[in-house]
Amino acid sequence: MTTPMPDLECDALTKRFGSATAVDNVSFTVPAGSFFSILGPSGCGKTTIMRMIAGFLEPSSGDIRIKGRSVLDVPPNKRPVNMVFQHLALFPMMNIADNIGYGLRRKGMAKAEIARKVDEALDRIGLPGIGARQVDELSGGQKQRVAIARCMVLEPDVLLLDEPLGALDLKLREHMKVELKALQAAFDTTFVYITHDQSEALVMSDRIAVMNAGRFEQMGTARDLYYRPQTAFVAGFVGDANRWQGRVTRAEGEALEVKTDGGLILRAISPGRKLPVGDRAEVFVRPEAIRLAEDSAQLSHFDTQISGHVATILFNGAASRVIVMDATGAEIEVALPQSGEFAHLTRGAGVHIGWSGDQGNAFAVARP
Amino acid sequence: MRAGQKLGLILLLTPLLLWLSLLIIIPHIDLFLLSLRERVGVRQYETGLANYTTILTEPLYMVTFARTAMMSILATVLTLLIAFPVSYYIAKMARGRARSVLFLMCLVPFWVSELVRTFGWMILLRESGVISGLLQWAGLAAGPVEMLYNDAAMMVGLVYTSMLFMVVPLVTTLDSLDDAVIEAGYDLGGSGPSILREIVIPHAMPGIVSGSIVVFMLSLGNYLTPTMLGGKDSLWFTQMIYSQFIVRFNWELGAAFGFMLLILSSLIVWAVLRLTGQTLEKTMG
Amino acid sequence: MKTSAFTLKLTASALALGLAAPASADTLRLLTWGGYAPENVIEMFEAETGHTVEVTTSNNEEMIAKLRATGGGGFDLAQPSQDRIAGPQEEFGIYKPMDLSKIDAALFIPSMLEATKANTTVGGDVYGVPHVWGTDGLVLNTAQAADVKDYTDLCSDAVAGKVSYRMRRPTLIGFAFSMGMDPFAAYADEAAYTEILSKVEEALIACKPNVKTYWSGGDELMGLVRSGEVVAAMAWDTGGWKLNEDNPDVTFVAPTSGALGWIDTFVIPAKGQADDAAYAWINFVMKPEIAAMITESAGNFTASKGADEFVSDALKAKYQASFPQEAVDNIKWYPPVPAGLEALEGAVLDRVQAAR
Repeated sequence: MTTPMPDLECDALTKRFGSATAVDNVSFTVPAGSFFSILGPSGCGKTTIMRMIAGFLEPSSGDIRIKGRSVLDVPPNKRPVNMVFQHLALFPMMNIADNIGYGLRRKGMAKAEIARKVDEALDRIGLPGIGARQVDELSGGQKQRVAIARCMVLEPDVLLLDEPLGALDLKLREHMKVELKALQAAFDTTFVYITHDQSEALVMSDRIAVMNAGRFEQMGTARDLYYRPQTAFVAGFVGDANRWQGRVTRAEGEALEVKTDGGLILRAISPGRKLPVGDRAEVFVRPEAIRLAEDSAQLSHFDTQISGHVATILFNGAASRVIVMDATGAEIEVALPQSGEFAHLTRGAGVHIGWSGDQGNAFAVARP
Repeated sequence: MRAGQKLGLILLLTPLLLWLSLLIIIPHIDLFLLSLRERVGVRQYETGLANYTTILTEPLYMVTFARTAMMSILATVLTLLIAFPVSYYIAKMARGRARSVLFLMCLVPFWVSELVRTFGWMILLRESGVISGLLQWAGLAAGPVEMLYNDAAMMVGLVYTSMLFMVVPLVTTLDSLDDAVIEAGYDLGGSGPSILREIVIPHAMPGIVSGSIVVFMLSLGNYLTPTMLGGKDSLWFTQMIYSQFIVRFNWELGAAFGFMLLILSSLIVWAVLRLTGQTLEKTMG
Repeated sequence: MKTSAFTLKLTASALALGLAAPASADTLRLLTWGGYAPENVIEMFEAETGHTVEVTTSNNEEMIAKLRATGGGGFDLAQPSQDRIAGPQEEFGIYKPMDLSKIDAALFIPSMLEATKANTTVGGDVYGVPHVWGTDGLVLNTAQAADVKDYTDLCSDAVAGKVSYRMRRPTLIGFAFSMGMDPFAAYADEAAYTEILSKVEEALIACKPNVKTYWSGGDELMGLVRSGEVVAAMAWDTGGWKLNEDNPDVTFVAPTSGALGWIDTFVIPAKGQADDAAYAWINFVMKPEIAAMITESAGNFTASKGADEFVSDALKAKYQASFPQEAVDNIKWYPPVPAGLEALEGAVLDRVQAAR
């Protein structure tokens, strides 16, 4: 059985600036035609990786291979890689057609051929006939699509996207997420996307790498990261979570009982990680994993049950939350189902909450 | 309330209007009227275009006029060619301290008076000067070399004097060019020269044009440099204006010269703006 | 309306008063040449009379241009050369007649006073009295330019590339005399003068390859001669004497066709506001011992009678070396320049400058 050649391979990629290490021994492969995201907070080194792939930075060590060939000696204008910049970097001194045709002109393609390809690309991004317009006459979303078309006419092996949605307003950003995914499918090209916005990464990507302080914390599908975070950083960074620190009081294989510093008794699991009794642990439980009930009997099948009262209701449509305060004063964020069952819930009302122990992810707390 | 605002506006505009009318408009009207006066005898004057006819019919004046314009254009082009890489380096490559130091180095010559600056060049270029001495010391020249008192020396002086006025607008416009746009050019397959031609220069055009206009005007109106460095063959239109006003006591012809210079410079600036497709608002704004 | 007009008048008169105030009779604004009003003389004058003196140094052309620009205002006493008084006065009316009764004529060398009075008389009024006199001639490095005897010798091959003179009217006059013509005699005859000028123009254009550069400032010429870049030049006598102190080979030589003699005068600008102080200054600096101090400072002798006794021997020796008696007798004194002559000369000078 032969696996197809991956479009992009990074092998033990490291970049040091003076004594600081921005990218620390990162390796990954991106299969042809897939959408790969690097997700991390600002300053984690994701932009450095992208600039090394594009050729604007030289790695301190490690290798970058595109379609199996090392590109370290290839200057950026010769790499089969193109980039959509954070602020798009369209050429303001050219009209749209010249922007899209720029790369083709540099390749020395005949004028008529360029015009044909540019029209084709404009059709592809759903903006036919705007070639003669100036850059500043376009809306944010249109510019976005032009920036992608400008790269795609060159048929690169890999398209790099550096937080291209960052400058857009929320509504347009939501829309562009869907559109980008569709464009990727339409062009059938490998996308490498970097972002600090988890929702962009989760929605669009086939695979996501979560990056922190120069290293990859975890690589996997959106579901993997969301449901089976392997590190406390991933658990905290991807999605929302209630987070407690405490001490392990009982351990039965992967199943644990943890007593938080506030006195709450929780159950949790630690798949693949050893957490002996007596160790400090950190437990993450997602708000949507917690069931809310007015009657404790409805929660009898959960191994963690807590009673308390409603401290605050945070109404946000489908993403509404309730903050429940238990007897110890701990605040727990719980998803508020919008099925109508809790429409009359008010502040101060007594409620019961519960979740199953395998929804709680426990991680060892690093000793200082 | 509205009256108060109106008064405020008037007060704010007064210095500007005073400046414009007292120092620019009124003297020019006066100069224009003077240029229309022709002397027919002692303290006897008539109104007419005789001074302008003199300029147009005397080949010497027209030759000087053309020479001054051509040399100023040449000085502008040379200044641009030298200042562009310098400005690009300051705006795009130098960082932090190096950047301020470089900028300062462009500024330093202007801390001394124009006279001292020009005299510095005389010390360097004269027959018994520093460069001549170095050449002889290095064995590259058998005897003293005279590098002063020719058009090349004058050009060096003009370019040197104008450099800052080209660098400042260029650095400003190049600064406003997003680095990512240049990177995008490389990323999409552009080479250094093609990016310069298609991206950097079009972007810097307003700066190039405004810098060129300023340098051209400065060169055209320069008096000291052509006089001191240009030597016996130097002919500069401002020298003619000076000698008409001060040496010949012929204010009428001097005023006519002044007006010709004004018209010439306006024409050339207009032509450059038209050729480059720029507008005055865009380049000065 | 009425009140505003009144206020305007009031403001205008207040303004006029305010402007007039700094030019009170006690301040003498003197427009003169470098060296003619040395600091020590000013101090003595201020101590003796209580007036204060503000000095502006300039040259003939700029003095007249400045006075013309203000219609004869801004200064209380000026010192143009005697040949540049009658013409500009006729044309621009920038001077005031002298009140000769306020001048102590006994302080002046009589012949010089009479000559200057005659040359500066316009419409029966006298406008100038003499102060400092000197000559234009040749400044030579005698070791390298021994053969230069006259202005035309500046064009000889022996000094090729090492010559300098000014693009001003003395050069035209000097060359004309040196070529055997008499330009002063032709002053009144425009056609004859034009004829002379065209011959001089030809000579100067032919001479151009010999010239290193046309000098324009005294310091510039000093530098050129001191460095040895120029060995023969047309210049003032004092320039040669000053250079002689640094290099004994360099000195002033009266050309065989005659040095050109000039007299710088005292004139009172038409809008001068401190006439009393001006007359006081004239009478003060013409005292022999004061005049000698000015001679030490400027390098030139004055029209003050008996001042020579107080002048240092070194300066006298230089003067005598440059001016044997026949050279003194041969000095060509500039007659008044008729109005409008400068335009003719200017065209010639422009053409020489432009020639290649």
